[in-house]
Amino acid sequence: MKAAVLLFPGLNREGDAMRAIEQASGHKPTLVWHAEHELPAGTDLVLVPGGFSYGDYLRCGAIAGRANIMDAVRAHAARGGLVVGICNGFQILCESGLLPGVLMRNRDLRFICKMQHLRVERADTSFTSAYAKDQIIKVAIAHGEGNYEADDETIRRLEGEGRVAFRYCDEAGHIGGAANPNGSTHDIAGIYSEKLNVLGMMPHPENLIDPLVGGTDGRGLFESMASFSRAA
Amino acid sequence: MLRNEPSITPALVAEHGLKPDEHQRILKLIGREPTITELGIFSAMWNEHCSYKSSRLHLRKLPTKAPWVIQGPGENAGVIDIGDGLACVFKMESHNHPSFIEPYQGAATGVGGILRDVFTMGARPIACLNLLRFGSPDHPRTRHLVSGVVAGIGGYGNSFGVPTVGGSVNFHTRYDGNILVNAMAVGIARADSIFYAKATGVGRPIVYLGSKTGRDGIHGATMASASFEADAEEKRPTVQVGDPFSEKLLLEACLEIMGKGCVIAIQDMGAAGLTSSAVEMGAKGGLGIELDLDAVPCREEGMSAYEMMLSESQERMLMVLDPAKEAEAEAVFRKWGLDFAIVGKTTDTLRFVVKHQGQVKADLPIMELGDEAPLYDRPHIPTPPKPVIAAGSVTPPMSNRDALIQLIGSPDLCSKRWVWEQYDHLILGNTVQQPGGDAAVVRIGDGPKGLALCTDVTQRYCEADPVQGGRQAVAECWRNLTAVGATPLALTDNLNFGNPEKPDYMGQFVGCLEGIGDAARALDFPIVSGNVSLYNETQGRGILPTPSIGGVGRIDDVAKAASLSFKAPGEAILLVGETRGWLGQSMYLWQVCGREEGAPPPVDLAAERRNGDFVRGLIGQGKVTAVHDLSDGGLAVALAEMAMAGGVGAAIDATAPDMHGFLFGEDQARYVLTARPQDVGAIEAAARAAGVPLQAIGRTGAQSLTLPGESPIPISTLSSAHEGWLPAYMAASPK
Repeated sequence: MKAAVLLFPGLNREGDAMRAIEQASGHKPTLVWHAEHELPAGTDLVLVPGGFSYGDYLRCGAIAGRANIMDAVRAHAARGGLVVGICNGFQILCESGLLPGVLMRNRDLRFICKMQHLRVERADTSFTSAYAKDQIIKVAIAHGEGNYEADDETIRRLEGEGRVAFRYCDEAGHIGGAANPNGSTHDIAGIYSEKLNVLGMMPHPENLIDPLVGGTDGRGLFESMASFSRAA
Repeated sequence: MLRNEPSITPALVAEHGLKPDEHQRILKLIGREPTITELGIFSAMWNEHCSYKSSRLHLRKLPTKAPWVIQGPGENAGVIDIGDGLACVFKMESHNHPSFIEPYQGAATGVGGILRDVFTMGARPIACLNLLRFGSPDHPRTRHLVSGVVAGIGGYGNSFGVPTVGGSVNFHTRYDGNILVNAMAVGIARADSIFYAKATGVGRPIVYLGSKTGRDGIHGATMASASFEADAEEKRPTVQVGDPFSEKLLLEACLEIMGKGCVIAIQDMGAAGLTSSAVEMGAKGGLGIELDLDAVPCREEGMSAYEMMLSESQERMLMVLDPAKEAEAEAVFRKWGLDFAIVGKTTDTLRFVVKHQGQVKADLPIMELGDEAPLYDRPHIPTPPKPVIAAGSVTPPMSNRDALIQLIGSPDLCSKRWVWEQYDHLILGNTVQQPGGDAAVVRIGDGPKGLALCTDVTQRYCEADPVQGGRQAVAECWRNLTAVGATPLALTDNLNFGNPEKPDYMGQFVGCLEGIGDAARALDFPIVSGNVSLYNETQGRGILPTPSIGGVGRIDDVAKAASLSFKAPGEAILLVGETRGWLGQSMYLWQVCGREEGAPPPVDLAAERRNGDFVRGLIGQGKVTAVHDLSDGGLAVALAEMAMAGGVGAAIDATAPDMHGFLFGEDQARYVLTARPQDVGAIEAAARAAGVPLQAIGRTGAQSLTLPGESPIPISTLSSAHEGWLPAYMAASPK
């Protein structure tokens, strides 16, 4: 798999993402600076990592969403290429127009970092084929603004078109209440684009790839993408 | 000639925190009245924070050397060799007063400052820790301060991108008017490429990097500045504002140009900003420094030389670059969008010359600015000893069961999850043991090597007996590192005390330092960096003496690190160390009996070493399944923590004449272990051979903790008491 990891000033989980990609695919991704206009030739996957692009001093992801490189990412997505945005990357994809909706301040107005369970809503996409449908996975969350919101029509479409990728749940798979860490609409933790080739998610699967450090439930996402690229 | 702006009056000298005799010292040193800029420079260099004038005499007595110490105190941070060509760079520093005034920014810039100290030396930060002390939970400001400080630490560290993996949070009314915010940063560098402040070579460019200079943080300058600009200054915040985004860029840019071999010397601009960093670089290299302030990137117009020299704007660095690689370095900084300006040069004059708008604003002997700083041997009186309190003399006011539930849900012993869940403790993907254990364990790169890290001090012990308290702080830190299986290597100290001009508070300082020195020597645990914060008092009452200790240990294989959770039912529970039931200054006596009294537990350093080495050995051999150090709250609290962490209960069947002393006494040099039943015989034999007291006290199992002669306490009851207090306290509206 030929992967490009975007780097905007202020991002800080690019190393974690690169490690996860390399572990799953056996190939080192290329780090692509925001001021570039082109992705490396033959890029299969673009990953927009987490962090605080431009300090998040403006609305999260707003500046990065308008950077030079995002034109190339939009073109890549339009060709059907895979794009995944994690945490700040999800916010950037929303700001760039690749995904609908917006990430608001967490319900309790505090940054929250902890282990969090998710339900995999479907296992037939390029991002989730290594999981089973309705599988409960444990990953990390670390964000202050992960409360997904969109207008009613958008939410209806996301639900109706099967574009909710992951939902927050508790260890037993129960949805709602205290299992939702940030107040996200419909407990949404991640969503797909219309063609299911763009994924945005708040949680960090890239931090759950190692039995010594919390567990390995995050590997599935990277293995799914790697096997999709091999098949393509 | 130097043009003198406002005349230097005794009042102006006093405003700068300089005593009349210190003023005389300046006159004698330079042979004339200083300019206002020079007065500002002296006030910055000779204040307690920069000159250590009250503490230097005593700090010299601390052990700072070991074969693995690469750099001891005196640089931006301490450096130790951790093998495989790697070095660990670390330091702890206080930001107490700013955090009390403006908790979010005060704490945030505290984190920013200590991170800068670490990456200035060429290390990439891999972890942060902290030690926080707040006033009584009943005090009306406490909630606001906790909320702001925690958000500030998280706000800075999370954005910068370093995991905050450990810390300590306590409450006491003696911090009501003066909280403590001590931040520690730990980084990793190649042992052969550590960067220092020492400038070399005459005529080399001095480069200013990072954020622009503003009027923030100019302290002691209120009145002097007002004379320049009427009343505008009164509204200026004296607390600096942190910008973690700029700091992250500064980190990446600095490490990039260090990697390209551009940097000869580097010093971050922390306290006393441009003044302190320029003087340090010159004085350490035996060189003069000439600064041209017209080139300094400024955030606002019309800044005077005085203001620029005293500004504490954050996220700034000063460097001496290799002239041949100047353009290369500049390109890196431009790429990251940071300011880059040549603001001066090194000279062979040994003078510190500051020019602004064509005028010489300061011309001072550079070596003497540091070397001739005042040094005081402050009068000090030892703290009178407190009586020893026998457990038998303390009548338990409630059952041991109820006492445990109360203790585990008390402000100091409750879970600090509400705090550390606001810190990104998982970023970088190497946090093997997260907050909540004895020490954090962080893997280095892809492993298997890792570091164990922790921060400790028991201030009520230090108040009751500074020498024992100082020993205990070091011993507990060493024990916490040992409890995860690490070999303790070195420590950083952050010495928070009251007014050193009062002999009793100075006595606490001297006593604690004696204890710290004793323990550090006995445990081969040298001090490699530190910070002194004096004058922590409000309305004449000092804080509890709080010498925070931050420790670093090495773990050769993080997969073999021990943790405190009970792992399985049916395992033997073993108590290592001698238990006499010491209740003086214990959490039991304070929180359950309402008495803050007595002598604290004595620290037998030989026993610490023997017992700790024994436990570490067992961990290395894979003989034990869980390990926990005993400290605040004693055995019962430790057992409760192990049960809650593992979701496995225990039944304790030991007997003692005074069971409350046995369960809650805070005797030192102790650990609780669990082991598979078949391994117990061998462990007991090894303990006998090593002369280590060891006692089998029960077995793990069931979903409750059963203390001798008491009804079982369900783990869920313990957990709801333990996890409940802090969120409920923070959610409640202030009184």
